[in-house]
Amino acid sequence: MGKITFDSDLCKGCGLCVEACPKGLIFIDTGTLNQKGYHPAATAEDAPCIGCAFCAMMCPDCVIKVEK
Amino acid sequence: MIVFDKPKCLKDAPMHYCPGCAHGLVHRIVAQAVDELDIQDKTIGVAPVGCAVFAYNYFDVDMVEASHGRAPAVATGVKRADPSRIVFAYQGDGDLASIGMTETVHTAARGENLTVIFINNAIYGMTGGQMAPTSLPGQITQTSPYGRDVNTVGYPVKVCELLATLEAPYYIERVAVNSVKNVRRAEKAIRKAFQNQIEGKGYSFVEVVAACPTNWKMKPVDANRWVEEQMIPYYPLGVFKDKDEQK
Ligand SMILES: Cc1ncc(C[n+]2csc(CCOP(=O)(O)OP(=O)(O)O)c2C)c(N)n1
Ligand code: SF4
Repeated sequence: MGKITFDSDLCKGCGLCVEACPKGLIFIDTGTLNQKGYHPAATAEDAPCIGCAFCAMMCPDCVIKVEK
Repeated sequence: MIVFDKPKCLKDAPMHYCPGCAHGLVHRIVAQAVDELDIQDKTIGVAPVGCAVFAYNYFDVDMVEASHGRAPAVATGVKRADPSRIVFAYQGDGDLASIGMTETVHTAARGENLTVIFINNAIYGMTGGQMAPTSLPGQITQTSPYGRDVNTVGYPVKVCELLATLEAPYYIERVAVNSVKNVRRAEKAIRKAFQNQIEGKGYSFVEVVAACPTNWKMKPVDANRWVEEQMIPYYPLGVFKDKDEQK
């Protein structure tokens, strides 16, 4: 079981992580605005993450930390 | 256990790049290579003119800012002054293949023991999307509103292929960062380009085919698809020269 955490204020909402997640666990949270004014990427608290780190590998801003 | 975290060689400063810009991703890959090879204390980077002009704000290593296109010349000077340092130039396609083509070719021809990272996004990003020497045939840019006309402005330059005709370069590879699979290959190539320098093998050049979603006027995900469908067919990925293989 993996776990991802977002440094949300660095996120620019580009969506590359959304596309990269093989489980489709990431979404752009259109209900939130971060410090930069972007809708940041997010995932559910109990998302069944497998810890593959594909999302983090595609992130241009090093927003995502992955643990396993 | 931490599977992935920001490399320690990247500062905490938020990067100014546009959403989905490949520069940030390539910065991460370079920083990770420096971390893994444990060379942070002796690495000196040379930043270009272009969107990566502020690279010195992001890499936590000593940095020099070169004037437009001159990064390989500056890097040559730094490396020759102190060969114990690991020196890399980081450049866009306008910088490296247009105004800086002379320095690019002669640095490679001399076989300087350097690492050059080349971001080919087929456009001038920083100045607002003008045609680059690498813009594709038919590509619409600010200065080719009807598409690049190869009959008047010629064909895009394939830099890896061009440099691979020279005797001196040790290692030349083209990679992309538009998918997880390609990012993995890019990580390996960039690491090797630094490892070669550590071992004193000579000039190592990695071209990264990369997206500029803003000036391509595309969403980041669509831009990565465009890399796959349009850019990679023109700029095939792979190793163009590797003297390791010739032994
Ligand atoms: C001597 C000089 N000529 C022209 C410019 C204007 N200029 C700034 S960046 C740039 C090109 C940037 O494109 P590229 O190298 O492809 O990098 P990108 O911004 O796409 O990363 C140009 C022509 C300049 N700053 N200095
Ligand atoms: S203009 Fe293009 S190359 Fe420059 S930061 Fe934006 S996306 Fe990146």
